[in-house]
Amino acid sequence: MNVGDITAGQMGFYACHVCNLLAKSEPGEHDAVCRRCGSPLHLRKPDSVARTWAFLIAAYILFVPANVMPIMHTSSLFGAQADTIMSGVIYLWMSGSWHLALVVFIASILVPSAKLLALTFLVVSVQRRSTWEPMQRTKLYRVVEFVGRWSMLDIFVVAILVALVHLQSLATIEAGFGAVAFGGVVVLTMLAAMEFDPRLIWDPKRVQHG
Amino acid sequence: MELSSLIACHECDLLQRRVPLAGGAVACCRCCHAVLYRDSPNGIDRTLAYTLGALFLFLIANLYPIVGLEVQGNRQVATLYGTVHALWNDGREEVASLVAFTTMVSPALEIILLAYLLIPLRFNRIAEGTIPVLRFLQTVKPWSMTEVFLLGVLVSLVKLEHLAHVETGIGLWAFAGLIPLLIAAAGAFSPDEIWNKVSRTS
Repeated sequence: MNVGDITAGQMGFYACHVCNLLAKSEPGEHDAVCRRCGSPLHLRKPDSVARTWAFLIAAYILFVPANVMPIMHTSSLFGAQADTIMSGVIYLWMSGSWHLALVVFIASILVPSAKLLALTFLVVSVQRRSTWEPMQRTKLYRVVEFVGRWSMLDIFVVAILVALVHLQSLATIEAGFGAVAFGGVVVLTMLAAMEFDPRLIWDPKRVQHG
Repeated sequence: MELSSLIACHECDLLQRRVPLAGGAVACCRCCHAVLYRDSPNGIDRTLAYTLGALFLFLIANLYPIVGLEVQGNRQVATLYGTVHALWNDGREEVASLVAFTTMVSPALEIILLAYLLIPLRFNRIAEGTIPVLRFLQTVKPWSMTEVFLLGVLVSLVKLEHLAHVETGIGLWAFAGLIPLLIAAAGAFSPDEIWNKVSRTS
């Protein structure tokens, strides 16, 4: 056995995904658990592709109301106004805070759409057992995992505005359904990224080389 | 060959020999360069110090107002709990729960459970339930979004600046201090070291 050329999966070793301890798998064995931490053991995350797809499709569906429906309703003495994510960015841009407009645009529009596309690309490539540039695809996965949380930015902005602008007769801000959908997209894409198993990116290449 | 002397990369599954590390070195995967494990000099002491500091600032961040707003003599302040409460009262329970979970529940659990693990370890004892707690910490970590929340506060301050007089509260400064402490605690924490201690005693 040549350590450094072979994967744990090829050796039939389970690597515990919680504590990293290795364990030998027995043929025909089911429901193996880690002897150190008691977590269920699998060679790969169970049904990784199907589960990632499920969260992704749900996220795509919610992505539409998240962008089309207002995330915020403002009512004041001067009238009522409904804001979508995009109109919030445009407002920041028009009022001269172009740097913040850029931050919100990246966090709320660019990152969620790029993340959906990137995860779709990763799952499709894994399903087709692609051997194309596994290192680049692993890097893409790391970026997706890292940036996902920053999309919560707009939800927090709405939350603070709602709490602050409650000046009864003067003005009120309420969260719209768009905020619910947008929060859903962020949570679902995070779950999709967690269910995706990056080891599947490397598997086809390793089989090819023996 | 002894299985405990090997490690499989969690990102590409390559089997590699474990090597002893010293002086804060990091072991990376030969193939995909993922971080496999790290040596953290005085890791337990340092993580505990940052965690206790974070606990203190987290309490202040939760108890004191984060931002305030004044329009024509009408003054409104928002605490972290206040933002959750306002969303809930508006009938947006889903958003309120999400905000509460990511800014209050997850960071609180993260800080308290780390302290719970590390204080006994500091005295060479292993806390009751170390295994489920470590497992739970790993699950809760990605949902703790203090730093994103702080950026959200800054964006809303700028949005409101044009409409009214806004003032920053003590809570905001506590949040600003909390984030580097949480990052430092995560950087000094070496779960691998604790797992090894657990397997030696069991």
